[in-house]
Amino acid sequence: MRWLINFLGSSLGQKTIMSLTGLFLISFLTVHLLGNLSLLLNDEGYTFNTYAYFMTHNPLIKTISYGLYFFIVLHTIQGLYITFKNRMARGANRYAVKAKDNASFSSRNMALLGTLVLAFLFIHMGDFWLRMKLDWLPTVVYEGYAEPMSNLYERVAMQFKNPLIVIAYVIGQIVLGFHLWHGFQSAFQSLGLNHPKYTPFIKGLGKVYSVLVPAGFALIPIVHFLLK
Amino acid sequence: MDLILKVWRQKNNADSGRFEKYKVKANEHMSFLEMMDVLNEDLLAKKEEPIAFEHDCREGICGSCNMVIDGRPHGPNNGTTTCQLHMRFFKDGDTITVEPWRVKAFPVIKDLVVDRSAFDRIIQSGGYISVNTGQAQDANAIPIEKDLAGQAFDAATCIGCGACAAACPNASAMLFTSAKINHLGLLPQGEVEHSKRVQAMVTQMDEEGFGMCSNTGACEVDCPKEISISNIALMNRSYFGSVFGSDKGSK
Ligand code: HEM
Repeated sequence: MRWLINFLGSSLGQKTIMSLTGLFLISFLTVHLLGNLSLLLNDEGYTFNTYAYFMTHNPLIKTISYGLYFFIVLHTIQGLYITFKNRMARGANRYAVKAKDNASFSSRNMALLGTLVLAFLFIHMGDFWLRMKLDWLPTVVYEGYAEPMSNLYERVAMQFKNPLIVIAYVIGQIVLGFHLWHGFQSAFQSLGLNHPKYTPFIKGLGKVYSVLVPAGFALIPIVHFLLK
Repeated sequence: MDLILKVWRQKNNADSGRFEKYKVKANEHMSFLEMMDVLNEDLLAKKEEPIAFEHDCREGICGSCNMVIDGRPHGPNNGTTTCQLHMRFFKDGDTITVEPWRVKAFPVIKDLVVDRSAFDRIIQSGGYISVNTGQAQDANAIPIEKDLAGQAFDAATCIGCGACAAACPNASAMLFTSAKINHLGLLPQGEVEHSKRVQAMVTQMDEEGFGMCSNTGACEVDCPKEISISNIALMNRSYFGSVFGSDKGSK
């Protein structure tokens, strides 16, 4: 076991944790977006509510969701710890002139962007997830389901009538986009996956992902606010 | 051309250091170091302490003329060392800020001179070949694929100046360490001890207190030898291989 502890304590081991948890969160975001796009359907929330019911009652998905909570916490703690250690490595004096043109804005500000994503996550989960977990939401009864289920759709529709919340969500997604702009391809480099054959593809995919996925999420509050 | 230089002055490691402003007359044909020489002669004439800076070959291969010029190690140009930077890249009337490498593992000795022995200790931990590789002619008898030899040579161009760690927002030494691991590991003579070497050098790099790589790429931009961060990825792969693919430490 000693070898594993040594590995996880090494700089490369810690970066491995960052990249694997980051990639897990990226795959989660994809599923989360596909499900949430059902909020755009004109069916009074039937598809979305039954989807949310499935996601919170299926034993396999429930297990994965515990993994998800754990990985978010791990990614956050590890990310802040790495940032702290990296600050220490610079020493007492910082550069008087800050270089800007040798590295991207995103890559230099991952901890700031990550902390803002975390702040967004608190607002977001407090608004919906927590209320559902605590059974604070009104319920609806759908044919074919034994018990009444939380009407999460109604809560979402209500919240997205508030322009301040819509703006907070759009800003949250922009911040996430910047985090992923660097993070997506960075995770592969950390895992040692860099090769002229596939790295250009990964970099391209990362850019497409970091624009399309946050834009997809941002579309939901915007459409609800303007059209529903 | 008339320039104003803001230079970091620090008596020794215990001193806290500060910037001093100097006026200097240079011409565009001078290298940055020659301009610094002119400034030092002015200072000597005024019976002031000249600015300490390291320099040796003045042709871009010794890796000692290390200074951060306007926020960039070795100055604003890519692919050159400070001695290869010419004053024609600056304008008359410019104010230029000159600082030492700011890396905790490279303590300042005096003014712009830092102690880079942390790099030596990384090399000492495993950056060599200790198995018998034969006589000189044996090297020519081992066939090596051209691309591989090229890749090893690219890594071997590292002059150990430390610009990578100086440029890195995290003061990480991963570009240096990976280059030193790969220039040996990619060749048959170095492959024998590769796994052991990766473990030892990464461990020593961590012990020296360098930061962790965030893949910002600042190191490869400011590396005077333009060594690619694909070397870091290769080091990571080798490290994972040495941890998960070897018997070492399994008992
Ligand atoms: C859904 C949310 C998130 C996703 C998809 C995500 C994804 C990623 C990815 C893929 C990386 C690159 C890993 C690497 O360089 O190997 C990364 C890095 C990072 N993340 Fe996140 N992240 C998220 C949330 C957060 C949060 C909440 C924080 C909290 C502070 C955070 C802090 C960081 C930091 C500091 C790094 C850079 C680590 C380094 O210096 O190498 N992230 N993230």
